[in-house]
Amino acid sequence: MTHMISVSNLEIVGRRRHGPAVPIVRDVSLDVAEGQMLALIGESGSGKTTIALSLLGHARAGCAISGGRIMVAGHDVTTMTAGELRAFRGRTISYVAQNAGTAFNPALSLGQQVIEPARVHWSMTRAQAEHKMIDLFRALALPDPETIGARYPHQLSGGQLQRLMAAMALVTDPEIVVFDEPTTALDVTTQIEVLAAFRSVLADRGITGVYVTHDLAVVAQIADHAVVLRHGQVRESGPVAEILGNPRDDYTRELVAACRIPPRTTFPAPVLDRAVETVLDLSGVIVGYGRLDAAGLPERRILDEVSLSVPRGSTLGIIGESGCGKSTLARTISGLQPWAAGQVTFRGEALAPDIARRTREQRRRLQIVAQNADMVLNPAWRIGASIERVLTFFRGLKGAEARNEAARLLDMVRLPHALLDRLPGELSGGQKQRINFARALAARPDLVLCDEITAALDPVVAAAILELMAELQRELGISYIFITHDLHAVRAVCDDVAVLYGGKVVEHNSSQSLTTGAHHPYTRLLVSSVPEMRAGWLTEAMTARQAGRPEPLQVAPQGGCRFFPRCDVRMPGTCDHNPVPVQILPGGARIACFTNAAALVPDGDDGSCPDFHNRPISGTDSPEEVRHDDPASF
Amino acid sequence: MKVRVSLPSATQRVGMLFGFWLVLAMFGPLLAPYAPGQIIDTQVFAPISHQHWLGTDYLGRDLGSRLLYAVRYTVLICTLSTAFSCGCGILLGVATTATPAWVEQVAGRLMDGILSIPSLLCALLVIAAFGDSLMALVLTMGVIYTPGAYRTSRALALRIARMDYITVAMARGEGRLFIIWREILPNMRGPLLADVGLRFIYAVLLLSNLSFLGLGVQPPLVDLGSLVRENVLGLVYGAVAVVLPTIVIAVLTVGINLVLDATAGRRS
Amino acid sequence: MSAGLARLVARRIGTALCSLVFVVVAIFFMTAALPGDVADMLLGQNATPAAAQALRHSLHLDQPLWLRFMHWCAGMLHGDPGTSLLTGRPVSEMLAPRLYNSLLLAGATTVVSVPLALLLGLACATWRDTHFDRVMTVLTLGVVSVPAFLIATVAVFVFAVQFRIVPALSDIRSIHSVGQFILTFAMPVSTLASITMAQMIRMIRACMIDVFSAPYIEMAVLKGVPPIRIVLHHALPNAIGPVANAIALSLSSLLGGVVVIETIFNYPGLAQLMVDSVMLRDVPIIQSCALLFCLTYLFLTTLADIVALASVRKGRGA
Repeated sequence: MTHMISVSNLEIVGRRRHGPAVPIVRDVSLDVAEGQMLALIGESGSGKTTIALSLLGHARAGCAISGGRIMVAGHDVTTMTAGELRAFRGRTISYVAQNAGTAFNPALSLGQQVIEPARVHWSMTRAQAEHKMIDLFRALALPDPETIGARYPHQLSGGQLQRLMAAMALVTDPEIVVFDEPTTALDVTTQIEVLAAFRSVLADRGITGVYVTHDLAVVAQIADHAVVLRHGQVRESGPVAEILGNPRDDYTRELVAACRIPPRTTFPAPVLDRAVETVLDLSGVIVGYGRLDAAGLPERRILDEVSLSVPRGSTLGIIGESGCGKSTLARTISGLQPWAAGQVTFRGEALAPDIARRTREQRRRLQIVAQNADMVLNPAWRIGASIERVLTFFRGLKGAEARNEAARLLDMVRLPHALLDRLPGELSGGQKQRINFARALAARPDLVLCDEITAALDPVVAAAILELMAELQRELGISYIFITHDLHAVRAVCDDVAVLYGGKVVEHNSSQSLTTGAHHPYTRLLVSSVPEMRAGWLTEAMTARQAGRPEPLQVAPQGGCRFFPRCDVRMPGTCDHNPVPVQILPGGARIACFTNAAALVPDGDDGSCPDFHNRPISGTDSPEEVRHDDPASF
Repeated sequence: MKVRVSLPSATQRVGMLFGFWLVLAMFGPLLAPYAPGQIIDTQVFAPISHQHWLGTDYLGRDLGSRLLYAVRYTVLICTLSTAFSCGCGILLGVATTATPAWVEQVAGRLMDGILSIPSLLCALLVIAAFGDSLMALVLTMGVIYTPGAYRTSRALALRIARMDYITVAMARGEGRLFIIWREILPNMRGPLLADVGLRFIYAVLLLSNLSFLGLGVQPPLVDLGSLVRENVLGLVYGAVAVVLPTIVIAVLTVGINLVLDATAGRRS
Repeated sequence: MSAGLARLVARRIGTALCSLVFVVVAIFFMTAALPGDVADMLLGQNATPAAAQALRHSLHLDQPLWLRFMHWCAGMLHGDPGTSLLTGRPVSEMLAPRLYNSLLLAGATTVVSVPLALLLGLACATWRDTHFDRVMTVLTLGVVSVPAFLIATVAVFVFAVQFRIVPALSDIRSIHSVGQFILTFAMPVSTLASITMAQMIRMIRACMIDVFSAPYIEMAVLKGVPPIRIVLHHALPNAIGPVANAIALSLSSLLGGVVVIETIFNYPGLAQLMVDSVMLRDVPIIQSCALLFCLTYLFLTTLADIVALASVRKGRGA
């Protein structure tokens, strides 16, 4: 077999202004056969993007290729002149960047940018290029392929931009395309569509590809071979099935394990309907901005009549795509975003909307752990000072007493005491997130609000944090609200889950029943969009999805259900006008949908009792199959 | 390969350089062999000699002594006015992140107003109105550079106030003063120091220009700008009396600017 | 879309008007409210109480301040800025030729400095961290860190005194040919231009480096787009706003430079008149000159902001 790409003993060094050269990539060798897709797997800082860019002969500022050979489509990239590289890039090999939102020039129309590679390489006339572009748009399932090129980047969604970027890469019919985490910044429901679009155009054209990612489930869908990288070195390489199914390297094994966190198995009590004291209860909370309507409520709502409850000692997951109001919910509960209507009850007491009017005791018992570990610890304070401040503030501990308690808290989050005298800048992301947790625990809270705490962490580190959370819950009996967009994490740590869409809770259910029983159509879309770490999942999911699914509408609904335009069981005339009813199922789950709960159940479940733990998934004779396709029934 | 010994940090270097000038301004005149106004030689624009290390000026006064006094006035006036502008600017800039919106509105409009008069013009106007006493000079330059300090510190404070650790402190229920003083200010130190340095340079430039125009420091007092002005006739002979003060101004401003530039480069 | 832009522009103009009011009030009250008694100063030794009283009356100095302010504003609106205290000539008559001269100087400087600074700033950013860039950085840093008079003095010393290429003073009445024009203007314009350019180059370089670090520039490189096209087609459209701002800010610092340069070269412009008037406390002239300078400054900064707003909006497809 001929190798389209052949990299041997690649070395890349980076250097700061006058500092010594630091190796970023060490002795990396890899081969890609023609028409194959190679995945470069690794966490942040593993050198995967650096290697991908080196295939195009590009090194970012401060980096330099210092050794090795890179053969791409018969060219020795390391010996090419600047002019040769220009002719090579975008023609023989092209690149799809991670964040299409910033990789497109905001000042130029998209069409101009998409055909630019063809124009600068003189490979075709403008008319030919535009024709080609429209064909590609069509193949990538973009809406309005004829006219979308006239628009500007800010007018399109992330998923659409990412497909346009792929069109830009393919317009010159290159032999190789490098994808650099093209779906990482997207919501899962969008990711699946983009992945499917990529895969189909690549397969049609027999293009050789390199796919950079940290997501093993995505690798399983799209790649043939994989290389696992860590600290700039190859840990393991081989066919994808081999690496995912039978990893030989310790690190690879860890990585695979992190993606297969077992769903939570230990439950304190039956979910939702148990007669346990609720720690936190939200009812009818409205947060918004803009003019006030007749009832004195804001016109534009970020949160619309949100009702939730968290039983003592349990974890409530809040899930939804970006812009659904998750972060506003966190700010609302923590008293940083006053609400316009509704009530929040904490341990039986009504909470004031404004932090200043909450009692010290209330503030102590409700702690937040915020998303970005890099910004959550004051960089001017030593770790010890950050924790001791909380101890002094809430518990009046001072001096040696506070110091000892801070050390005890570090034990609790499994960190060495030496860190107390460090500054946050000297810690790793995972360590900072643990400190962050320890600081919340220092107040001895009843409820900890975790806002996307694993989003910025590498999977192995994130898995360890989730494990720590569960452990602390067992030891201390605290409750959590766990805000995330990661369904795996929800299943791993949550008892209940609330699904947020457009500022509304569309479903409040037990987290274990997410794959079975009656669900809101959005929940089903969400669940069915999360890639699974096995080959063939994407094909199955897409076939299931394409059958009988109505086209998404481009118009925003005027009233009624916000999910209406994307819903697969929508009933025009009803769903888009009337207020949405909330159905309470016998198990206590709540679903806000017009369609009868019984009809929302996939695969012949009777829908009356969503308390099934490991209910087997059957998938054939649903009575509803004709009326609406169910993406979850694979 | 350059060998690098452990150098003082950027902040320390700015501090050391500024400290040197301040010490020179305070104690330099003690080294002056003559009184600044004393005419000691009949030869004007005398070259460097054993007797007059730096020669004499257009009236035959000892240039070395006058230069030491000139450094004193330039550095002290500019230090005071920078202290005034940065003190007011930073205080207002940081405080308005925590005050009601209308305070910020009023302060912002006022600053915009001051900013909309070019600085040299503004100085000319004030001098036309209040005269050119040292106090007036310090206050004028102080007011002129307050809006700049206000804007920088406000932008910095706002950026830091958006950080999650501020959110956490607010959720904990910390008071506004604690948040400003303990959480925000310590993180502004580096960039603020650079800004203060910049304002100091601006002040030196403005004062020198004013004095050169004859509207700044007035005789019998002397600063670097007026030293150049009074000896400018010596330019034709390339006299030390006009070249040296020029060099001293350049060394003062370029030196601080170079150090600041290096710190800015390092931060980014 | 364009309605949004119009609203933003309107708001920016509103802010400018606010500043204008501030400037007018500040100029009047700073100059008119506080100078020692002008009448006494004018009459000097011969001041008798009666004469001083009469003079005060003729100058309307016996009226309350706010009334004088109203008169002054009304006069300005009608294009009548009053009469000089010292010469007794109408201010407008004294100002007009000076304004023309100053505009000539500023205009010539702008024409020279803006394109050159754009080119050099772009070049510095494009060839960042090369020898060319380092030399330019040190040069521009040097120029912006020394007072304007210093540049001018050194220039006079080198070109007029040492090499005698150009006259040290600008006598614009003696211009009869293009060659003379260039010789006369060479010194003040080149000094002024070097000061303005240094600042512009620094700011344009910073703006462009900012744009060059954007992911879409890397994307363009990876598409095989030639460097010139990257600079002109990809980077420049995104830098228009900040660059316009940099140019406006530097041009307004030119106003400060003009004051110094006109004095040094004895150039009969507005700024020189103003400096002289400050020394002589000729209030009406100071007021008018200051107002002219502030108006120019306000106009430039506002224009730059509007250009920036429009360019951002255009990029957003408005």
